[in-house]
Amino acid sequence: MTASQETPKNAPPRPGLPPVAIVIGALFFIGLVGLMLYGVRRSGDAGRDVLPSALIGKPAPEFSLPVLHDPGVRFGSAELRGAPYVLNVWGSWCAACREEHPVLTRFAETRRVRVVGYNWKDEPEEALRWLERFGNPFFVVVADQEGRTALDWGVAGAPETFLVDGNGIVRWKHTGPLTDQVVRGQLLPELERAERAR
Amino acid sequence: MLPELGQVLLLLAMVVAALQAVLPLAGAARGNAAWMAVARPAAHLQLLLLAGAFAILTHAFVVQDFSVRYVAANSNSLLPMVYRYSAVWGSHEGSLLLWALVLALWTSAVALFSRSLPPPVVARALGVMGAVALGFLAFLVFTSNPFERLLPAPPEGRDLNPLLQDPGLILHPPMLYFGYVGFAVPFAFAIAALLDGHIDARWLRWTRPWTNVAWAFLTLGIALGSWWAYYELGWGGWWFWDPVENASFMPWLVGAALIHSQAVTEKRGSFPGWTLLLAIAAFSLSLLGTFLVRSGVLTSVHAFASDPSRGMFILAFLGTVVGASLLLYALRAGRLAEGPGFAPASRETLLLVNNLLLSSACAMVLLGTLYPLLADALELGKISVGPPYFGLLFFVLMVPLVVLVPFGPLARWQREQPSRLVAALVPWLGVAAGLGVLAWFRAPQGAWKSALGVAGAAWVGLGTLRFAWARLRNSGRMNAETWGLVLAHLGIAVFLVGALLVEAQNVQREVALAPGQRLELDRYTFVFEGVERIPGPNYTAERGSVRLLRDGRPLAVLHPEKRAYASGGQVMTEAAIRPGLAGDVYVALGEPLGNGSWAVRVHVKPFVRWIWTGALLMALGGLVAAADRRFRQPTEKAP
Amino acid sequence: MSRPLRSLLLALALAAGAGVHAQPVDDPAPLQFHDAAEEARFQHLAGQLRCVMCQNQSLADSNAQIARDMRRQVLDLMREGRSDEEIRRFLVDRYGEFVLYRPQVGSHTWLLWFGPGLVLLGGAVAVWRIVRRRAANATGGPLADEELDP
Repeated sequence: MTASQETPKNAPPRPGLPPVAIVIGALFFIGLVGLMLYGVRRSGDAGRDVLPSALIGKPAPEFSLPVLHDPGVRFGSAELRGAPYVLNVWGSWCAACREEHPVLTRFAETRRVRVVGYNWKDEPEEALRWLERFGNPFFVVVADQEGRTALDWGVAGAPETFLVDGNGIVRWKHTGPLTDQVVRGQLLPELERAERAR
Repeated sequence: MLPELGQVLLLLAMVVAALQAVLPLAGAARGNAAWMAVARPAAHLQLLLLAGAFAILTHAFVVQDFSVRYVAANSNSLLPMVYRYSAVWGSHEGSLLLWALVLALWTSAVALFSRSLPPPVVARALGVMGAVALGFLAFLVFTSNPFERLLPAPPEGRDLNPLLQDPGLILHPPMLYFGYVGFAVPFAFAIAALLDGHIDARWLRWTRPWTNVAWAFLTLGIALGSWWAYYELGWGGWWFWDPVENASFMPWLVGAALIHSQAVTEKRGSFPGWTLLLAIAAFSLSLLGTFLVRSGVLTSVHAFASDPSRGMFILAFLGTVVGASLLLYALRAGRLAEGPGFAPASRETLLLVNNLLLSSACAMVLLGTLYPLLADALELGKISVGPPYFGLLFFVLMVPLVVLVPFGPLARWQREQPSRLVAALVPWLGVAAGLGVLAWFRAPQGAWKSALGVAGAAWVGLGTLRFAWARLRNSGRMNAETWGLVLAHLGIAVFLVGALLVEAQNVQREVALAPGQRLELDRYTFVFEGVERIPGPNYTAERGSVRLLRDGRPLAVLHPEKRAYASGGQVMTEAAIRPGLAGDVYVALGEPLGNGSWAVRVHVKPFVRWIWTGALLMALGGLVAAADRRFRQPTEKAP
Repeated sequence: MSRPLRSLLLALALAAGAGVHAQPVDDPAPLQFHDAAEEARFQHLAGQLRCVMCQNQSLADSNAQIARDMRRQVLDLMREGRSDEEIRRFLVDRYGEFVLYRPQVGSHTWLLWFGPGLVLLGGAVAVWRIVRRRAANATGGPLADEELDP
């Protein structure tokens, strides 16, 4: 019953820590520290929490929505097929959309590709007023008030921008406001790739 | 002026911590008594300095000195006085200072109460604690200065996060820290033992109550957090397996294993290696938890805002402390004596299995918490790991544990006859099973979970009482340690009832109600009487009135609120809860729907209070066990 | 959407000017369920799905715009007769695996799902070996007295 520091005489010599345990322990420790290091480096990355699109490389959803300026007319993937297009999700209630508006306008004015406006969860009157006030860079604006089609696109918030190629495949998605850097560094190269692939 | 003094005090504390770390450790290695003697006064001095710094920061909050950046970021002229005190630990820098203060408190306490231990042991232990303190203080001084000035001083502060303006949140961090930081004590003594080359039952007996108290506080801290989330977050949940919650749960699991392992090593001399490893692991997990929450590595509603340079600093500190400890362990643990043998059927084996299950559960929680990050690093995609994973695997690992708990205390040391145990417990197993079957039939929904909850709880509860009865019958009295055991294990039973029954039988409904309309749920009727606007100290509340009836008879009027805080426009949902022994009734307001109609969410949560009552019992058990007179005897020969 | 609600929202939007402070169009009315079974199935399913816009909240608990839309969609899919698995796949196709709180079992998650089991197994082997080794040292004396040493 004693808890002393002497080994009882009839006990075998202490075997010591099994090497297996030491190796596993060391590997685990190194792995954990490595993972934490990666985590810390990534934590400074602004895009760390952005959800990548599940649609990249897959066909864009088939959709047909009323046109904002003419609700009787419907417009959708059928009308867009054949050439690449950029889809920009926005709303008059979205402050960041105002931020990216000049960038988007500059890009749209190059007339490089059709820029389709996707007015999401908005009041038509408000959306029209917003476009009047800030300018309408879009080739056409479709209105999704209910949000069903937006779910098909995997939209989680606004603004979001998609690039779809001439075959209807989603090539690229950007979450958050566009900047000149993003347009130059990501959108244009992807667009070139999409155009060449046809 | 004062904040600058605060900075000076922090710097001084850092210097003292350095002295406390270096001199006693070197002194113990060289046998230099003078250097070893530095430890105790250094510990007390550090406490004084940090208490002073903390008081200065508190003062800055109370007088609302917005020229201090931290105060401006976490306070506001409208903030009620009581929250000005708790705002001190409302964010990263202040809570880190609290961490350092709590560590200084524990260190000072160890210095005060360790007269009976040999000086080299105390010197080493205090030296290790000083090294830890040095790391935290360096982190404070170099990257997270709470006294940094913001000039010119803004006229108004940003406000304390409204989520934190709550009584539950006042106590939750301090309790947690008392727990986390308390594990530094067994850790320090484990390192001291490894440095020394052997482990002595006297030291173990001395450290056991400290481990128990730390674990008890951690239990209380976690329970408080859970209770707070329940009534504050508006969704009626009590545990989300959120990364920050997991960060506090992992040391708890290992701490529980440590408590049991220390008991074996102290009484029988067995498994000193495991006990030391668990002591290192428990504190390492505390440090890891601190790191995870503050480094920005994990995203969570709870996490502190941070930047990568801070993360790097803590990671370096964490890596050094844990790495050095494990290295020391790998080199020295082999020298420890093994202790007497024991039969496969014995209490020793049961405790080994207990620790295996608790450690596996901890490993599982760690894996699940870090897996999204791992998947990201290995480019396996963005994956979520949530309650369905944790809940399932935790349940699976706990089932064998729950089955074994009643056997543990009844089993004898070294050799036991399984048939004796089985004979003692089988009748109670039968009762438990019978109660489970009864629950299965009586449950309006969730029959299986209800049955398992009732049967498991009855099994643990009755088994524990059977043990208590046997002990009382044999020796006529029980010491505090045994009372602690009984209380804690009964706490498990109570917790099981709460956790499983609320999961099985909670009902909820969300409907649109106009004033005068009513909603029926279970035996209750809720009559919505409308919402009125009421000003608060620093918010405007939409206060609803809901009349509650049970079986048609009026019970209470509940007032759920939606508060819009003046400072940032944040809207908080304050649920109205009618607590009860058999369950809570929980009402929260959703969105206004126009014309005075509101979306109203109601829950009936059977036995939910048993969850925190169970946790309370467990904590109480830990504290009672720590009070055992046996631990306070200075020197003792074999009993 | 109901006319009074629409007018209210319009009035709000007008009052707020060009709409920078306005809210997205939304019907915050709670979902209506046909019966308790449907509600229970919905709650169970929504509890397992993650809100894609929040820090760490389930689809059932979140008040985010997209969460409300998604909940409505889930209910509609349920009423169309889709199974739980089909509904999950619907959302995963659009939002990726991130939307599932219960990770799929696959080659990319085998460590997650089987790791704890392996740890337990490894630990059990270690315990068994320890017990076996120590059993060899066990003294053959009488059983310890129950009273001593709690």
